[in-house]
Amino acid sequence: MGGGTAGTTTTADEAAAVRESRRQMTRDGLAISAYALPVGLVFGLTALQAHYSFLDVLANSAIAFAGGAQFAAAGLVKDGASWLAIAGVVALVNARHLLYSAAIAPYATERPRRERAFMAHFLTDETFALALAHFRRIGRFDRRGYWIASMAIFVPWTIGSCIGYVVAGAVNTTGLGLDVAFPAAMAGLSLGMVSGRRDVAAALGAVAVAVPVGLAGGASIGLVAGALIGPLFGLAVPASPNDESSAPETPEPSAEAGLP
Amino acid sequence: MSVALVPLAFLMWAMTYPSRALPMLAPGIERLPAWAVTYLRLAGPAALAALAAVNCLLTTDKPPHLLVGIEPVAVGICVLVVARTRLLLPGVVAAVILVAVTRALGIAA
Repeated sequence: MGGGTAGTTTTADEAAAVRESRRQMTRDGLAISAYALPVGLVFGLTALQAHYSFLDVLANSAIAFAGGAQFAAAGLVKDGASWLAIAGVVALVNARHLLYSAAIAPYATERPRRERAFMAHFLTDETFALALAHFRRIGRFDRRGYWIASMAIFVPWTIGSCIGYVVAGAVNTTGLGLDVAFPAAMAGLSLGMVSGRRDVAAALGAVAVAVPVGLAGGASIGLVAGALIGPLFGLAVPASPNDESSAPETPEPSAEAGLP
Repeated sequence: MSVALVPLAFLMWAMTYPSRALPMLAPGIERLPAWAVTYLRLAGPAALAALAAVNCLLTTDKPPHLLVGIEPVAVGICVLVVARTRLLLPGVVAAVILVAVTRALGIAA
């Protein structure tokens, strides 16, 4: 009987720990939501400039659900790039999600395959950062926790995109300087992903390749060349202590910027 | 209402979802060579930096020319603000305000 009491106490303690960890995650998630909404607004504006329709914007944010890649695709659509080029850039920009998924996988092995497949759609920088920290605090998987983390970014991002599109349609975007929001957001996002000298070399190498190739062959070709060759500059540089290449569980700092 | 780019959204999903799902659905796939893991990690900042560069340093005409104007300066301001605050939004707002003000004053086109 005493063992039963101890077991009940342990279970109650665990439940309290999970609730406390969820509360902490919700607080962190609200901070992320607070940034995802306005950055979603910027995406809506960018999409309008690339001649998306409202449904295109909604589909992009809800189906592709890939912030930085959505910005990239909008820029390429605006430049008249082929869908093949867009697909290549999106795959490259989002390749880092392999590392996130690998880090979440050990916690989710007990979940049904179908559930894991559905969870994967929502695995962004922010979901990863929030969920993994929560799982580590409680020492196991928590289904409700994962969905709280996912929705903290999915809902404000999608709503923000739609609002941004509608609002931007009513103003003179060039007169207000809003046309610079896209390249500025891309540069800022890139910086948010930089954590060591290898990242710096990759980003600068990409620019050094993209601009001359773009001048010679067109902007979209320059972009793809920069994206493919830039990382080789990073690989050529010795890793600094801040480089994260040996720590696949570390979330990209871009999570702080409020983008999926 | 046009839905011309909805299929593109599905294509983008198809390019994104495998990265998110494969390690969770097929454990072991994450055991890539170290250089490949590093390349994948570096692809993000490289692609976004290239995108920023072609959109603020090249004109949209064909063939493109090097753009000289307030836009590259504004993007540089954004980078400085993001580097200082680690937040994207203040940087974008600063860039937009700079461009709007200089255009309103007739300093920039």
